[in-house]
Amino acid sequence: MRLDLTHIKQWIPRNSKVLDLGCGDGEFLRRLRDEQGVRGTGIEIDVTQLTAAVGRGLDVLQQDLDAGLPNFPDSSFDVVVMAHALQALHHPHRALENVVRIGREAIVTFPNFGHWRCRLHLGLIGQMPVSRVMPYSWYDTPNIHFCTVKDFKTLCDQLDIEILAQDVVGVDQRDTWLARLWPNLFAVTAIFRIRRRQG
Amino acid sequence: MTEAFPVDSVGLVKPFVERFDEPLVLSGGDSLPSFELMVETYGELNADASNAVLICHALSGSHHAAGKYHVEDRKPGWWDLIIGPGKPIDTDRFYVVSLNNLGGCDGSTGPSAINPATGRPWGPDFPQVQVSDWVRSQKRLAERLGIDRWAAVVGGSLGGMQALQWAVDYPEAVAHCIVLASAPGLTAQNIAFNEIARHAIVSDPEWSQGHYQMAGKIPARGLALARMVGHLTYMSADGMSDRFGRELREGSFERDGNAEVVFQVESYLRYQGSQFSTRFDANTYVLMTRALDYFDIAQRFDGDLTATMAATQAQFLVLSFSSDWRFSPARSREIVDAALAAGRPVTYAEIETDEGHDAFLLDVPGYVPLLKAYMSRVGSNDHEAQGH
Repeated sequence: MRLDLTHIKQWIPRNSKVLDLGCGDGEFLRRLRDEQGVRGTGIEIDVTQLTAAVGRGLDVLQQDLDAGLPNFPDSSFDVVVMAHALQALHHPHRALENVVRIGREAIVTFPNFGHWRCRLHLGLIGQMPVSRVMPYSWYDTPNIHFCTVKDFKTLCDQLDIEILAQDVVGVDQRDTWLARLWPNLFAVTAIFRIRRRQG
Repeated sequence: MTEAFPVDSVGLVKPFVERFDEPLVLSGGDSLPSFELMVETYGELNADASNAVLICHALSGSHHAAGKYHVEDRKPGWWDLIIGPGKPIDTDRFYVVSLNNLGGCDGSTGPSAINPATGRPWGPDFPQVQVSDWVRSQKRLAERLGIDRWAAVVGGSLGGMQALQWAVDYPEAVAHCIVLASAPGLTAQNIAFNEIARHAIVSDPEWSQGHYQMAGKIPARGLALARMVGHLTYMSADGMSDRFGRELREGSFERDGNAEVVFQVESYLRYQGSQFSTRFDANTYVLMTRALDYFDIAQRFDGDLTATMAATQAQFLVLSFSSDWRFSPARSREIVDAALAAGRPVTYAEIETDEGHDAFLLDVPGYVPLLKAYMSRVGSNDHEAQGH
């Protein structure tokens, strides 16, 4: 399991109702179910991935996140998880509004484009970074909306979204303490726990 | 099983008749004093009767869903693709029940049966049965077979409507409700196509006001035309282009003369029509299409589909097919969205295919593996708590 998913698990209460946007083969939801008694629902666009998730006994809906999620009632889930999907959406800001509408809380992760390697690549070489974590060329990539940790915080503020907690993942566990210290520069993956601003 | 069958076939099967002598009061107010259902089963019912799966057939289907009656039969049952050892509806795990619906023409009581009150065939006087009546007759069959609760009720098209009706009318008796290429009710366009089909039948001079059986006639041309229209709407434009294009069957544009030019697609439709008219009963066709037209799953809840789904206790699998314009994906999503709004557990996918409405009967990529993946949870109690 990806490092960021291991981090997310600690923020998901036992026996809660979780919606995973872009659930892939459902391995994350399966673990939440088997280890934390979570009742999980997944959204996945790819039928092969969806079939794998369905085979794990999960309820999955084939739906395009970019088309919005009007069919999901307000506060119908305890937690909505959107891991590494934000940067691939046409309308990330609308997706964010939706996750905090549908979930009482939401957990969002994304690759931090402000990481020093990205900056170095762009600053010194003058080309869009290609790395192990972001292996695509700029013209042929699912990732069309990169942002930095700082950008994300600014957007949350604009959308009246409250940040309850944030965590970061470095290249590996050893690297992660540095990322915690200075996320916008050292975080490879940013993890935010958010909700609609109360009151 | 003989060696003439593949290992994933149920092999030779034999239908049987179940007779019910308690009157069945129908939704329309009429009553059937007694009735018979033609049934096939595959696999074995387990000790606690928790592995039973009901197959509901569509407009022209029958109880013969899998296997063959004779080794030399040209075709197996209509859903042999899905039912058998190791197939999605795995007869090594499930006890599968398939029946011919009331009003049908494959052995269950219907218009061609004898009306005990008159001693003559019912013909057009056979009472109109509706989807909820079928479900009630199927409930009696379940009781007869010792089944309190279906592990799953499964159906495509009109069969999917029955599966939905089961989940609404007998919530505690359905663990999983599997609805393929179906809808909460027909659209005006759908009803219009059915009316054209019925009009074709009743316009045939042989129709004899529906008493063709007594008159020793068969409205074969009307029935064939009805089937041609129906069949056309079950295919997609792209699928037809791929399959037939402008290929000719007979004659030629180049050649002079009076030879009739016949396109492959014409020949195909004529064949489908004439085949159908020899095996299907015209009164049954009229009755089945009306049952389709009248179906409205939300009727009891004043048209509120969410309230309807809230009354169910089943887990749902809903599948649609991208090129199905008769029962479009949007109609399936209505069911799914109502389930979500009602907080019911539901899985949904739209299978990408050119095969149109008939895709639920075919081996289109992505479909069979997904159905199989879903069925792996059916009958196992591990995750049964989910969503309850």
